[in-house]
Amino acid sequence: MSAQAFRSIKDIPLEEYFTPGHRACQGCGETIAVRHILKAAGPDVIVVNATGCLEVISSPYPYTAWAVPWYHVAFENAAAVASGIEAALKVLTRKNLISGKKIHVVCFAGDGGTADIGFQALSGALERGHDFLYVCLDNEAYMNTGIQRSSSTPYGAWTTTSPPGKVKPAGQMTYKKDLPSIFAAHGIPYVATATVAYPLDLINKAKKGLEVEGPAYLHVYTPCSPGWRVPSEKVVQVSRLGVQTGMFLIYEVENGQLRLTVKPSRRKPVTEYLKMQGRFRHLSDEDVERIQRLVDERCAKFGLPPLEAST
Amino acid sequence: MGKRIAIECAHAASLAVKLANVDVIAAYPITPQTHIVERLAEYVANGELDAEYINVESEHSAMSACIGASAAGARVYTSTAGQGLALMHEMLFIAAGNRLPIVMGVANRSLSPNLNIWGDQSDMMASRDCGWIQIYAENAQEVFDHTLQAFKIAEDERVLLPVAVCFDGFHVTHVIEPLITLDQEEVDRFLPKHRKAVYKLTPDQPSTWGPVAGPDIQTELKVQNEWALNSSKDVILEVWREFGDLFGRYYAPLETYKVEDADAVILILGGFAGTGRVAIDKMREEGKKIGLVKLRLYRPFPIQEVKDLLTRVKAVAVVDRAISAGGLGGPVYGDIRNILYDEEHRPKVLSFIAGLGGRDITVKDFKRIGEKMLDVAAKGHSEHKVDFIQVRI
Repeated sequence: MSAQAFRSIKDIPLEEYFTPGHRACQGCGETIAVRHILKAAGPDVIVVNATGCLEVISSPYPYTAWAVPWYHVAFENAAAVASGIEAALKVLTRKNLISGKKIHVVCFAGDGGTADIGFQALSGALERGHDFLYVCLDNEAYMNTGIQRSSSTPYGAWTTTSPPGKVKPAGQMTYKKDLPSIFAAHGIPYVATATVAYPLDLINKAKKGLEVEGPAYLHVYTPCSPGWRVPSEKVVQVSRLGVQTGMFLIYEVENGQLRLTVKPSRRKPVTEYLKMQGRFRHLSDEDVERIQRLVDERCAKFGLPPLEAST
Repeated sequence: MGKRIAIECAHAASLAVKLANVDVIAAYPITPQTHIVERLAEYVANGELDAEYINVESEHSAMSACIGASAAGARVYTSTAGQGLALMHEMLFIAAGNRLPIVMGVANRSLSPNLNIWGDQSDMMASRDCGWIQIYAENAQEVFDHTLQAFKIAEDERVLLPVAVCFDGFHVTHVIEPLITLDQEEVDRFLPKHRKAVYKLTPDQPSTWGPVAGPDIQTELKVQNEWALNSSKDVILEVWREFGDLFGRYYAPLETYKVEDADAVILILGGFAGTGRVAIDKMREEGKKIGLVKLRLYRPFPIQEVKDLLTRVKAVAVVDRAISAGGLGGPVYGDIRNILYDEEHRPKVLSFIAGLGGRDITVKDFKRIGEKMLDVAAKGHSEHKVDFIQVRI
């Protein structure tokens, strides 16, 4: 594996493959991620997009934001469609029916398209070992249909289908599904997490995921301004706070070895992350304490500094 | 010329797919189609067929992978049945709407509940409006020929649509029959060795596929699909003619048996046409003027051919191996009766539903249907009533 391909912001290619003029909300976290990931891929790529915000904002017929071949088929099957494309490229290359140049296959899907409806198709594609990069753009709910909870929505988040009420005061009463661990357990060569506040980390991981032979899974935390109830200019800030509080753990698992790539020297209390977002406004002190406790436990497992030592 | 062999009909499909030199196969096991993809897996494992074989984790992913592979320019095959086809349902429309020349074998099987692995046509009939070309085969020879022809039809630039080659589960799939094969050289004269994909996903010419289309454009896009499917009929006939000229076996959308002077005919799709012909022979021996019509091309529907033939008779029995629930009876019955409505000389048309979940349709059943139709033809009177054959209720 090559060393960091992009050592500074200046190394990031100027070419745009996800072009301006699309209809995303101001400050959309997903689009920041996609733009950077495609810069890592370059022009020789085929993109498969699951149904969701990204597909809808980028492809209103007859317009397109995509300067690379792009295919949206449905919500639940991006990984299966990518399997077919990858297999076709492989056999057509073997039969000398297309040029021998390496063409990357990249999937973009949301957390609903990955954790819920597309889970089976992705598990199958990873197990079969197709050579592709699957990117989960995790904004922690079904944002495209109007902010409904997914199994990737964190405990305590308000969504339109996990509203806080007398019986369910916390809103979302279940805990976020740990997708990177599940996909790492498939034994694939590369799994990583990233977030948009750290673009160099993100783009280098995308590059690594593209370069490994076999499947790679990249989980990107992509804050959503309307869904998280944060001002659009605070999207990158909330993304950074997610890392600094230990809500987002930023790491990579390469051939089974886990390594934290963004490690905050001091860890901020989760309230700083939670209070920025309207979706957590209803939480009681007990709820916040519960979230802090869970984050502390998880950070300890990953070797992050304890909260006490850092305050 | 290829030799005459004995082969299981499912394997006749596999052999045709091998000779078609497919690039990608994506398949999931489901009875009664499994023998098709098992044999294909052997071909690939032995190096007899250079293809990528994707062992997908569901039929939904089978069709999704076929869609991806076909969009990337590959020649693609899958096969399924019953519940598997139902699980693919959503993807069938996308394969057709995105104009992907996928070929699929459908080993027609009943739909749950109750779990029933045996044959009827309720699976494909439930997906009949998916925009695919749908061809029904009766025996090993037709399975083999139609599968080969399907690639040529699907990939024709004037068509670019997926084709389903349907044949009855067990009653056709699992039967060993004689087959006149073709050797590779012969197939290569008929079907180009490789697919020439004009439209495909390639970085050399980036294109956007499967966009969002609002109320301002969806109608136009859907209408274009409909035009494509309807106008594919000319190409289907052309390909069948070319195949006949090369190999001596000619096919038509309708296949008729002893209809020339018939007062009444029995119309059916698929494998039971064979039993039907035996019944026709027996009734003819008794001096009864009855014939049989096998509907080979179901979509695009051969409107003119059906009109031309059926307006010449007094009564038509449509035998469906499926129910159009809460509707008019059998799905094919609805089509046939509909098409004849505007005709001045229209026959009486009755719906018979038989052969569900693998139940046999016997010579006796066909005779009973035939006699009823001759009676209707003589009296010139009928009413809309669905007749379920052999029901013990």
